[in-house]
Amino acid sequence: MQASTVDLVADTASAAAARRTMAWIAGGLAAAATAAGAWLAPPDELQGDAQRLMYVHVPAAWVAYAAFAVVLMASGAYLIGGDLRWDRFARAAAELGVVLTAAAIATGSVWGHLVWGTWWAWDPRLVSTALLLLAYAGYLALRRALAERTGARDGGDHRVAKPAAVVGVAGFLLVPVVHFSVVWWRSLHQQATMLAPHRPPIDARMATALLLAVAAATLAACCVLLHRVVRMERRLAPEPAPTAERTPVRVG
Amino acid sequence: MALLAVLLAAGGLLVTSALRDTVTYYRTPAELLDDPDLAGHRVRLGGDVVPGSLRHDGDLVRFRLAAAGREIAVEQRGAPPETFREGTGAVVEGTLSSDGVFRSDHVVVRHGNEYRPSSPPVAPVDAR
Repeated sequence: MQASTVDLVADTASAAAARRTMAWIAGGLAAAATAAGAWLAPPDELQGDAQRLMYVHVPAAWVAYAAFAVVLMASGAYLIGGDLRWDRFARAAAELGVVLTAAAIATGSVWGHLVWGTWWAWDPRLVSTALLLLAYAGYLALRRALAERTGARDGGDHRVAKPAAVVGVAGFLLVPVVHFSVVWWRSLHQQATMLAPHRPPIDARMATALLLAVAAATLAACCVLLHRVVRMERRLAPEPAPTAERTPVRVG
Repeated sequence: MALLAVLLAAGGLLVTSALRDTVTYYRTPAELLDDPDLAGHRVRLGGDVVPGSLRHDGDLVRFRLAAAGREIAVEQRGAPPETFREGTGAVVEGTLSSDGVFRSDHVVVRHGNEYRPSSPPVAPVDAR
């Protein structure tokens, strides 16, 4: 696991090729998920076609959780081992998580408008998700502020990495709050379907589309994360990277 | 680090106070009927739209919301969302009048976490 991770973020032609392969697989999965979500899966009985937003909303939220879990693990690994590479992973994952949380809120807002009849509600799930977004935006702002104050380079300096890692670990406390908010408190937002202890009925085609979309989003996020870490390391390197190397494919 | 600790503590306080206002998104009919202090105050009331109770009366929509065996008659001013129908959950915002009718001006649909095709599938199956 460790070896393959290090290999994949190496700035070499073979690592770039491996990352490209990953990106193609992610693209293939995304195409399959789009086909399944748009055509294979039937419209929902109550919600109609608006329910298809689930195939974007749930992957965005799920991968945001996963990205914050990466922030937690990478921050922990940095605090234990002191390797700045983990600090760069934490930063890249936090950026990804913030973007995906915002995407989950945006798609959820449209879905809420279409099905609930409101763009926003002061509901435990919605409010805790907004707090999650603020917390990790704050984490990124803290990194930036520390880098500017100390004149250190973000991603390459312990003066930024150490406080950031503490916040990166602490911030994860909000993730279970967001996830279980719909169980602990009375909310407008529905409870989980796929992760519920006793899974409520979901049409098999809908479940397939959802799982494909989650798989595609997870792999695409891995590609973006690796790409971002490689780019960060290239920028931090004292010597410019050899120009013969090919830039890895960017995945949206 | 001290500043950081203060910031974290302040953030924690904000989080808990913000969540305290939002943890109970709506009251059930039983809670509203059993708590006289809530009458006349603007609250959110949630329950299932009782089948057969829905009437459209010009600008007014009348229905009953039920949960756990108790129900309250609701007079909603303004059109509910398209997904609003009998048998599904709804949350209304307004006040319980002294005549026992809940007058609301805002209604949202609260749907469950079950997803079914609009036309019955050839062979209904549970996803594993």
